[in-house]
Amino acid sequence: MKLYIFKRILFIPIILLLLSIIIFSQILFLSPSQRLSVFVQSPAAVQEVSTEELITRYGLDESFHVQYFNWLKQVSRGELGWSYSAGMPVYRALAMRIPATIELLFLGQLFIIFGGLTLGTYAAVKQNGLIDNIIRFTTVLGISLPEFVLALVLLIIFYAYLDIFPPGRLSFFAQDVVSSPQFIRYTGMNLIDSLFNRRLDIFIDALRHIILPSLAYSLGTMAAAVRLMRSSLLEQMHKNYVYTARAKGLSEKVVINKHVRRNALLPFITHIGLQIPTMLGGAVIIETVFNYPGLGSFIVMAAYGLDIPSIIGASLAIGMIIILSNLVIDLLYKYINPSINLE
Amino acid sequence: MQLLNKIFKTPLGALGAIIIIFWVIVALFAPILAPPAEGHDPYFILRHSFSSLPTPPCEEAIFGTTGGGYDIFYGIVWGSRTAILVGFITVLFSAIVGVFVGGTGAFFGGLLDSIIMRIVDLFMSIPFLIAIIVLTTVVGKGLDKIIFALVFFNWRVYARIIRSEVLAIKEEEYITSAKSIGVPQFRIFYKHILPNAFYPIVVLMSINIGRVVLMVASLSFIGVGLELGFADWGQLLNFSREWILGMPGSPFYYWYTYTYPSIAMVSFVLGWTLVGDALRDIFDPKMVN
Repeated sequence: MKLYIFKRILFIPIILLLLSIIIFSQILFLSPSQRLSVFVQSPAAVQEVSTEELITRYGLDESFHVQYFNWLKQVSRGELGWSYSAGMPVYRALAMRIPATIELLFLGQLFIIFGGLTLGTYAAVKQNGLIDNIIRFTTVLGISLPEFVLALVLLIIFYAYLDIFPPGRLSFFAQDVVSSPQFIRYTGMNLIDSLFNRRLDIFIDALRHIILPSLAYSLGTMAAAVRLMRSSLLEQMHKNYVYTARAKGLSEKVVINKHVRRNALLPFITHIGLQIPTMLGGAVIIETVFNYPGLGSFIVMAAYGLDIPSIIGASLAIGMIIILSNLVIDLLYKYINPSINLE
Repeated sequence: MQLLNKIFKTPLGALGAIIIIFWVIVALFAPILAPPAEGHDPYFILRHSFSSLPTPPCEEAIFGTTGGGYDIFYGIVWGSRTAILVGFITVLFSAIVGVFVGGTGAFFGGLLDSIIMRIVDLFMSIPFLIAIIVLTTVVGKGLDKIIFALVFFNWRVYARIIRSEVLAIKEEEYITSAKSIGVPQFRIFYKHILPNAFYPIVVLMSINIGRVVLMVASLSFIGVGLELGFADWGQLLNFSREWILGMPGSPFYYWYTYTYPSIAMVSFVLGWTLVGDALRDIFDPKMVN
């Protein structure tokens, strides 16, 4: 197991290197000035400088691989260029926005896992009953409902009509508190930081803002997860070991929770793991609709402004998040089913 | 025909098929339902005014207009053409690429197969939407570019499905016997393996069309991908985004700006999903409980 983790971690830099080549090769499509922008770290660096000097300074007359290595050197120092759309260096913008998106992703996953397990089990146990049919129909609807329509519906009901869950990430008063020096930012995630700083009011405020986007963002995947959980439970329920367990006199609850569900969990985890890239894509929409300052809305903002350094920086960040989450999912597999041989 | 009969025998499948037929009719008769203005590109939404306020449904625009004076009814009718066009072309091309690449890989096996599957894995872990946003930022806006980008990132699902099918069929006895009488490999692949691996692909295509249309709508909803004013359902929702809060005191004041486009989009996707589900049950009786 340790060897496996070690091997996986060894592979991460190789994958990142491949990813960076793919991402960097996009500059071949760009105009000369956009290509220059990938290398420039602040607007002040290129003011009142002649074109020739810019070309030699940033090595733009070199061949592709030399330019790539120059860029890679910069990236390894954390110099990802200047983001015009955010008005700050790209790495600082990313440092602010990555925790926001991870927070959203985590909460969304919690909803999916919890909802998928409970509703899926419920539907499978009460197969073809009224509740099962309701759950099945709702999940078909949930799969067909585009994220942005769902997001708009939630916003209309809970913000425009009921006015309990506002958009954005924090209220004004909470923003002041969070950016004040007394408030220590451990992770950049508001929910966790507010607890560490013992500010319950900030925690509640952050929760009020994050609930709607994370719901909008997870319901589609949750619907698919419920369907999957239901069908894989049904498949397991008619296996011999279940009859044995019942014959032993185990209660139905123990049979379902301890025996059947554990075996049905594997396809469920696979599904959730495969959905992470899709969900990150969904974050683009959700964050834009809810005006939530995360990685997704950063990409949209950058795309509007043709802000290439930001696009490239954000793509790298997303690649990294996906690589790490794939690692976590693989380790989870091993935990759930020790008979899987990962090596 | 027999297939259509079977689809109509399942209630949900019938509902899906009726929805799809409805949208195909709307798309076919778009010029009659919503006649475009003279000398105007019909694929761009008709504008009644340049007023920033939406106007409620009236005789001139039966579903009302969004901010910017865009006719909602016109947008929905012509948007159905965009949806069907993009859906069919993308799904068809992705299926061709995916079946060819994944199928040959699985059939010949060995190094070729593992290289192809690693590429598929790589594509699987790229967020579809973000990749397309990046691609359209780099190569520019337009329907053709969107279709290209969609095919580029969509073929992977077909490659996966066809691979598992081909791997299973390859071991069947009739393939062995075809090999033993000396049928060329190429002919075995196209005459004996592909037709038998066909059904899962059809099911996937049906579900995939809805997904693809959603993807295009999401792109134009956030304002990247298609030109401003192009008839697309996502575009209409984008126009209405500023109006969802309504007026102070009456939150549903501008209900028409988001209700009609949402219904159009959800029903279209729902239709294809239901038909896909029905097809799966028909082709694979084991799946029915």
